[in-house]
Amino acid sequence: MADKNKNFSRRDFLKTSGIATGALIGGGIIGGLIGANTNRQDTASTNAPGTPQESTGAPGGVRGLTFFKNNAEFEILNQATERIFPEDDLGPGAIGLGVAYFIDQQLAGSYGENSKEYMQGPFFEGELTQGYQSRLKRNEMFRQGIQLMQQEAQSRFNANFVDLEGGQMDEILTAFQEDEIQMRGTTSLFFFRLLRQATLEGAYADPIYGGNHNMEGWRMKGFPGHQAAYINEIDSEDFVEIEPQSLGMEH
Amino acid sequence: MVTTLDSVDVVTVGVGWTGGIIAAECAKEGLKVVGLERGRERGTEDFSIVHDEYRYAVRYELMQDLSRETITFRNNRQQRALPMRQMGSFLLGEGLGGSGTHWNGQTWRFLPYDFQIKTMTDEKYGANKLPAEYTIQDWGITYDELEPYFDRFEKTAGISGENNNPFAGERSSDYPTPPMKKTPLLQRFETATSNLGLSPFMLPSANLSEAYENPDGQQINACQYCGFCERFGCEYGAKTSPEITVVPAARETGNYEIKFNANVVEVMKEGDRVTGVRYYDTVTFEEFIQPANVVVLTSYVLNNAKLLMVSGIGQQYDPETGQGTLGKNYAYQILPGASGFFDEQMNTFMGAGALGMTVDDFNGDAFDHGDLDFIHGASLSMTQTGSRPILHNPIPPDTPSWGADFKRASIENYTRTLSVGGQGASMPHRENYMALDGTYKDVYGVPLLQLTYNFTDQDRALHSYITERAGEIMQEMGAKTVVAGNPISDYDIVPYQTTHNTGGTIMGADPGTSVVNNFLQHWDAENLFVVGAGNFAHNGGYNPTGTVGALAYRCAEGVIRYSREGGSLV
Repeated sequence: MADKNKNFSRRDFLKTSGIATGALIGGGIIGGLIGANTNRQDTASTNAPGTPQESTGAPGGVRGLTFFKNNAEFEILNQATERIFPEDDLGPGAIGLGVAYFIDQQLAGSYGENSKEYMQGPFFEGELTQGYQSRLKRNEMFRQGIQLMQQEAQSRFNANFVDLEGGQMDEILTAFQEDEIQMRGTTSLFFFRLLRQATLEGAYADPIYGGNHNMEGWRMKGFPGHQAAYINEIDSEDFVEIEPQSLGMEH
Repeated sequence: MVTTLDSVDVVTVGVGWTGGIIAAECAKEGLKVVGLERGRERGTEDFSIVHDEYRYAVRYELMQDLSRETITFRNNRQQRALPMRQMGSFLLGEGLGGSGTHWNGQTWRFLPYDFQIKTMTDEKYGANKLPAEYTIQDWGITYDELEPYFDRFEKTAGISGENNNPFAGERSSDYPTPPMKKTPLLQRFETATSNLGLSPFMLPSANLSEAYENPDGQQINACQYCGFCERFGCEYGAKTSPEITVVPAARETGNYEIKFNANVVEVMKEGDRVTGVRYYDTVTFEEFIQPANVVVLTSYVLNNAKLLMVSGIGQQYDPETGQGTLGKNYAYQILPGASGFFDEQMNTFMGAGALGMTVDDFNGDAFDHGDLDFIHGASLSMTQTGSRPILHNPIPPDTPSWGADFKRASIENYTRTLSVGGQGASMPHRENYMALDGTYKDVYGVPLLQLTYNFTDQDRALHSYITERAGEIMQEMGAKTVVAGNPISDYDIVPYQTTHNTGGTIMGADPGTSVVNNFLQHWDAENLFVVGAGNFAHNGGYNPTGTVGALAYRCAEGVIRYSREGGSLV
């Protein structure tokens, strides 16, 4: 699976245009890059508040849900984002960071409703270079995509998505990424890119948006968040470690 | 029911850099100016919680609401043009200050070669250096003629720089403020490029190295290197923007009024004169006519062209015949470059939008193109603009795009990657142009602008050549791995590239081949001026704003002269 995944990651990006990311994707080979971020030891909070495991019985546990209507679909999202951004020795993964809560809140608002985007018809499929041409809103894509993940789990493994082994979940996500899953009104490749991007957003957006729990995403990455100024540090020859700060008072 | 307002001397459509400069200069001369801005009022006080990558950089807080208006796009005439439903390749601004609020502040003067590109290319390489479908032409003005206006804009903006670029045009005075800090990361670039025999210099910056009072008496503060410039507003008033310079200068005269939430949909024309503009209040959808003695189109490139098209002013360009000038010579920019992966962690999250060093050895005609199958080139820079974690996930080739390996590599390399990037000049091509869309409309019922654009062989050759140069620099900088940018294929409107769109309302010496003269006065209506990067007959190897600012000062002089004397200014 690992090899398959590798091959695809190249194709996926090359298909767009490689201009923004091209410099990092194009030819050239890198040997095993194993070194870990040495600044932080494992600071993962494996029990982020409100994860379904410690559910109070309400959908979404103590944090609650604003878009999804039941725990089953929320938990599929939770597990899928964790496969995209897993917990490891560097720190928490998507579950520990609360990424699915972030996405849930975003889907209920202008992001999910595409409210700042041109959504008038007529709709045609178009070329890849012409971008988003679906009449579906993002929140409709997510709902459908999550249903299809469950459907794939049933048809491939005769089990619920959330009960699959990690490698089995990856197989399904890879099928989405390789555009092998039939979706209505959009493509599974498009949905997968959306899911991947939303996962990164939830991992690294300011915690005021509900993800990046306790700024652990920023800590792992060495990004200090909201700092007033670097005028006194930018001349430093050495890497400067700075305790991150959120825009919110309570983060 | 349309309400006709009292007539004014000058109305500008949009209040960013160009609208602000026209307003300040005209109002100081006693002309009554109204600025119509479709967005909201905003200023430094609105940016105190701006260090929010998600809201500003990812969800485009300061950008145009595309649900109201967008453009349509196709790569060529055989395709069906479809709406740009989401922002991607370029970011359209909205609100007071326009793109001048969310820019990075890299402030260049186009090269002397740019303004006379056709003449100088023909002289040196013969008339057939490029095939005939590349519609390059001189701009109808020389660098020397424009120099005083460059100087003017740089003094208004307080640009921080150093005058040691051997390939730049001659300057009448030094930069108003010294260059920004030459950080350890920039010094790596300086050493490497010097070793290669190139001529590095500090990038001219509108993030000021020190506090500065400009000739209008406006104060610009010193940059704090917080790393949030492009797509953000500045909470310190340290990134020069229209709303902290020319807009207050205009307001202080008492001759300037800005109407917000005013979306212009038509330039009114009678015979060979324009009489004013028609606009919608974006809140109530009430319709107004603002009569004026002079109309100046000062919105973004795309909207300036659209307003002329929907108002039937000028002849639409037709790629079939090559006839017509409106919409012709749309150009963009070519972005070659190379990234390098390093072992040590670096302070890549610190920075400023225009903090960088550049070499121009491969820009313009600084190098011989005799054996090359392209003209022009690119500025090559290393900038330290402040990398942020959502949008900056550098991974070596062959790393998966998700999962455990992705997570480790993207975190590892976030602070261990540097890039050298080129801004490649973009030559106009017969098939790259703007027109009105026949199908899609904006929220006011006006057709969308239609963009037909693709990269050309010239672009591909330039990209490939400059990418190699960027790779050499990165190698010399000591990267353990150098990854060169992919060759370009078809232009894709999805990934962000650059908000340096140009052309469509080009300037020139001949009404047969340009839309406006070199005072940016419309050839077909003497009291109509159109100013911005739309005037560029091709796109050069730099950010456009310095040249746009110079053209705006030139245009302001034209408006003032026209208001007194009337007639064609050329």
